[in-house]
Amino acid sequence: MTLRRALGIGGLAALGVLVALAGIVAWLNLHGEERLGPAPPRAQAGTELLTRGEALTRAGDCTGCHTARGGRFLAGGRAIETPFGNVYASNLTPDADTGLGTWSADEFWRALHHGRSKSGRLLYPAFPYPNYTRVSRADADAMFAYLQSLPPVMQPNRAHSLAFPFGTQAALAVWRALYFRPAIHVDDPARPAEWNRGAYLVEGLGHCNACHSARNALGATRGTLDLQGGLIPVQNWYAPSLASAREAGVAGWPKHEAVQLLKTGIAPQGFVMGPMSDVVLNSTQHLGDADLAAMASYLQALPPPTESDPPPAAAPAPSARGAALYKDHCVACHGERGEGVPGAYPALAGSRAVTMRSAANLVHIVLEGGFPPSTAGNPRPFGMPPFAPVLQDADVAELLSFVRASWGNRAAPVSALDVARARTGRQ
Amino acid sequence: MTLRDARRAASRLAALLLFLVAAPAFAEPFADTMAQRLLACTGCHGPEGRAAADGYYPRIAGKPAGYLFNQLLNFRDGRRAYALMTNLLAPLDDAYLREIAAHFAGLDLPYPPPAPPALSPADLAAAARLVAEGDPARNLPACSACHGKEMTGTAPFVPGLVGLPRDYLNAQLGAWRNGKRVAQEPDCMAAIAGKVAPEEIGRISAWLAGQPVPAGAKPASGFATPMPMACGGVPATGAAGTAGGAAGKPR
Repeated sequence: MTLRRALGIGGLAALGVLVALAGIVAWLNLHGEERLGPAPPRAQAGTELLTRGEALTRAGDCTGCHTARGGRFLAGGRAIETPFGNVYASNLTPDADTGLGTWSADEFWRALHHGRSKSGRLLYPAFPYPNYTRVSRADADAMFAYLQSLPPVMQPNRAHSLAFPFGTQAALAVWRALYFRPAIHVDDPARPAEWNRGAYLVEGLGHCNACHSARNALGATRGTLDLQGGLIPVQNWYAPSLASAREAGVAGWPKHEAVQLLKTGIAPQGFVMGPMSDVVLNSTQHLGDADLAAMASYLQALPPPTESDPPPAAAPAPSARGAALYKDHCVACHGERGEGVPGAYPALAGSRAVTMRSAANLVHIVLEGGFPPSTAGNPRPFGMPPFAPVLQDADVAELLSFVRASWGNRAAPVSALDVARARTGRQ
Repeated sequence: MTLRDARRAASRLAALLLFLVAAPAFAEPFADTMAQRLLACTGCHGPEGRAAADGYYPRIAGKPAGYLFNQLLNFRDGRRAYALMTNLLAPLDDAYLREIAAHFAGLDLPYPPPAPPALSPADLAAAARLVAEGDPARNLPACSACHGKEMTGTAPFVPGLVGLPRDYLNAQLGAWRNGKRVAQEPDCMAAIAGKVAPEEIGRISAWLAGQPVPAGAKPASGFATPMPMACGGVPATGAAGTAGGAAGKPR
């Protein structure tokens, strides 16, 4: 056998493997899809269907991405920043040229369930179809009817700007072959109906794990069941574990307090800030009490993680500089002993938000300040001023180290480098 | 001194005393007030505006409520670009922003003394003429046509231009001129600033900062003559996109 012939056979074999792999990728992307029928004539959607569709659209927090800041409702245009580049949310209004005006209910279902567009194009998982795939066909139809009832807005979609090769359909097909399978929600008969409803909402429309779960180098989570916390890429807020008692787990809370947190943004043992403020503002405050109670039931029943690293037995002595900064800037609201003011300023003593391992959120809150969301249950929230104009990274580090080691708190100190990392997003 | 003057003096003295007492507001015991809820604002803006290393935080006390509300919307909805303000306001709805605007509009705090302008008499006269008369040749309306004869603003949408530092006025006019500050359409101030040369902006700002604030200054209650042009931030004259849900976004 000549060398040339050997190379030829090797090349053919390699080509064959490539074709087979491409075939597997294509099959993994498309199998299980029903053929789309011709669009049935549009029936006039009843009020009840539209109300249900609106509630489901709120539960999915569609507006969180599909309404640009100051833009028209659900007309798209907002940049979803990812480590791979920007994905621009699309126009969901029923405009025929730029929105979903010519879509059928089947095509909308396919987008939610299979992550493919009307044209068949594979959609980026910034659109959380790894979660939405669990939405029932009936609920998808109600959402579609509601979206089709909105005033159409003529607003062309922006092309995504993703680094090579992430912007290619081939790369996306491989990603989907590795990390995406269409799924349906199946009730667990061993669990109460309320828990099952909660599972359906948390794993599906709520797409809680899109933030509350770590992502791997290719941006994939470990599946919709993982709610063990993760740093939100680019925004660099840490979405705490919903399972851990040391972070944001609510197993130890009275259930009505977990409902209260999602409904009003504040609860006796904590309140929401940062990206979660937007979620409460746009999504959870609009949900019915039964659905919120279902979500709370599900979250309370999450299996606690095996905590690997015990907190240090004794916190290092806080520095005098940190104490002085606290006295200058924080004591008036948060109190001499970090006790806060109930309903207005959170206690810092014994606060999980203060002592959990990641200090990223503390850095954001000190530098940027913030309000919890204004909701029907808390229409005039108390705010915290931003300290970025007055505190340097080293100051923030001293201050946070002091707070994390005072009044019984025993958390590791924060370095100026930690502050810079949280502030700039560079790891 | 008339009775009215005496009352005015007394109220100013009371305001000053209140300010002196309230200045270390952080040390006050907790009280459930709007001022307490809005320490996030006064932390930077102070009671009367405050210069800081990264720029000037303008006075918000006593500005017309509609103007303040429009600015809160402009920051929240991304027409004005300052990330700290945008992030701070992002989770707040229109109803609360309207209350915040009303709270600060209702404050009556003393104004700082004017800063004497370092301008030649000719430049001073040119600035004064532009402010009071505009320039018909350029179709440039007088500042006072909308901001009030005494330049203390016109309630509820047009802010006063006196009692502000030169640097702040310069920065705002400059930002409008190069598109960094944007208001609701039609953006009348962008159109106006686009017709004013940079050196004229400098003179106008210096002249305005040099004007004393009239005693008991309040925004005028209405326009003496119809506004010379349509402004999106002033609903009576503007077209679409007025105060209150300019984006048409149900929140």
